[in-house]
Amino acid sequence: MIKSKTAKLGDWVVVFLCVLLILICLLPLLNIVARSLSTATALVRNEVLLWPVGWNLDAYQTVLKDARYVWSLEWTAILTVICTIWSMFMTILCAYPLTYDHLKGRRFFNTLIILTMYFSAGLIPNYLLLKDLSLLNNPLVLIIPNCLSVFNMIIMRSFFYGIPESLRESAELDGAGPVRVLVSIYLPLSTSVLATLALFYAVGRWNGFSDALMFLNRREYYPIQRLLYDILHSSNSFEVSTQEGFTTPGLAETLRMATVAFATVPVLLIYPWLQKYFITGVTIGAEKG
Amino acid sequence: MDITPARAPRARARETITYWKRYWTLYALLALPVAFFVIFRYIPMAYIQIAFKKNNIVMNIWQVPWANNHGFENFIKAFSNRDFRFALRNTIGLNLLDLLIGFPAPILLALLLNELPFRRFKRFTQTIAYMPHFLSWIIISGLALQLFAPTSGLVNILIRRMGGTAVPFLDDPGHWVWTYILLGVWQSVGWNTIIYLAALTNISPELYEAASVDGAGRVRKIWHITLPGLRPTIVTLLIMSLGRILGSEFDRPYAMANKLVTSVSNVLSIFVYNNGIKSSQFSLTAAVGLFQSAVCVMFLLAANSLAKKFGERGIW
Repeated sequence: MIKSKTAKLGDWVVVFLCVLLILICLLPLLNIVARSLSTATALVRNEVLLWPVGWNLDAYQTVLKDARYVWSLEWTAILTVICTIWSMFMTILCAYPLTYDHLKGRRFFNTLIILTMYFSAGLIPNYLLLKDLSLLNNPLVLIIPNCLSVFNMIIMRSFFYGIPESLRESAELDGAGPVRVLVSIYLPLSTSVLATLALFYAVGRWNGFSDALMFLNRREYYPIQRLLYDILHSSNSFEVSTQEGFTTPGLAETLRMATVAFATVPVLLIYPWLQKYFITGVTIGAEKG
Repeated sequence: MDITPARAPRARARETITYWKRYWTLYALLALPVAFFVIFRYIPMAYIQIAFKKNNIVMNIWQVPWANNHGFENFIKAFSNRDFRFALRNTIGLNLLDLLIGFPAPILLALLLNELPFRRFKRFTQTIAYMPHFLSWIIISGLALQLFAPTSGLVNILIRRMGGTAVPFLDDPGHWVWTYILLGVWQSVGWNTIIYLAALTNISPELYEAASVDGAGRVRKIWHITLPGLRPTIVTLLIMSLGRILGSEFDRPYAMANKLVTSVSNVLSIFVYNNGIKSSQFSLTAAVGLFQSAVCVMFLLAANSLAKKFGERGIW
């Protein structure tokens, strides 16, 4: 392509706008980090913008001494691992049989599943069902009722569709059953989509809040977002936390910011590595969904 | 599978037996997911009947007597409830603003990224732009509380240093709405470009080359090649958003709300949570939920058939 001088100027305008975008995305996080690393007095005097004033790690040390907070982080990590494994298992179980063109009743199963995307009973009927199943206030309520996402299932199914059928047919001629074909052919060829969906499920659980708010009233099972909500939104946080530091004006700020940082970092460390995969995943989902 | 009538019934029976012998495992695999959908997605639909029944929190739902006014008492009660009408107004208002501002934003950003000449920088920009999507609304509300705090917030410190007066971003209903909408854009704009960027790769580069030869500039190429290439994607996503016009997220308004702005932040999902789960008015709130779901389906169907009328592909 031949580039004229005006086109080059245009390029720099585009670059400028993109830099602006990057700043808008990153500055709020920088502000949080700066606040969490600053002294309480500097915060009270409004001196902290994007760079910490009076570097110290006290806030992080204090937060890590808070047993409730640390347990909530650990519990959420455990929960996220269990949920991700269980959800992936269910998604594969659901998507794989539906890729068999000659499966009898395939249309019926497809319709049964897709319909739930467009019509849902609503919060209250779901709540009453969970109550009748005695799942309320049971930690399983964070795992079971939302373990299978139709959207993710469709992504998985479309990806399976892309695997040449000849591979399956030749394996079947060798006497391999459907499960054998799934484990030895389909799954090894699907690592990219498996990684994508695992990321979606894991982020969903790590960031999940409303189910813990509505269905779970036992503090020992509060996932991190639920605890974080209490820490951030109560003006009087000492009923939330065992640490007395949360009640001192400036110190409370740095502590809150440190709690936010801990809850944010795990996700931010993982997602950039999976970028290539989740882009394909979202694209497949959009085309088929 | 077509079975010709000429074939003997015995052969057909044999075929059925080999089919089941071979593929029963597929049904075994499907059993668990289908059970999941039946239990957690279809059985709740049977509970919808409480929307037409008297409120009763102890009795079995099948034994509760029907509500007055041919069962529609709860719907009538909802519509004469002031809080419900506010919640309905807020839901529609916030969703319309989201549609007006949040819908075109990723299209513009995708166009911008598409014009970016440096590949590595483009990838870096994308990575950063996807980041807010991975933050929960609780965390974003925490960021917002800090950034927009009246005295200690970064934004207001900067405004004051430049000689302005502090803006009550989160404490005044009018300002809160715009903060809410713009934070929504901030959170989702990068992520939503993925679909558009994927659609852009399907546009043939020859079209751009031909246009350059004809002397078309950047803007003309965007207008005549890129945007028409994105049209099917835009229409599909627009149908989906129209279908959600009465749907309401929970985490976002719940996390961002505070006591000063409930007049604009109370949306239907919060109304249902407050009056249903917290105050046990199950019949009233189930009626609200049913109304919401029904309107969503109607909007989706209407938007879809409208799109088809205008010669677009629709979503099914």
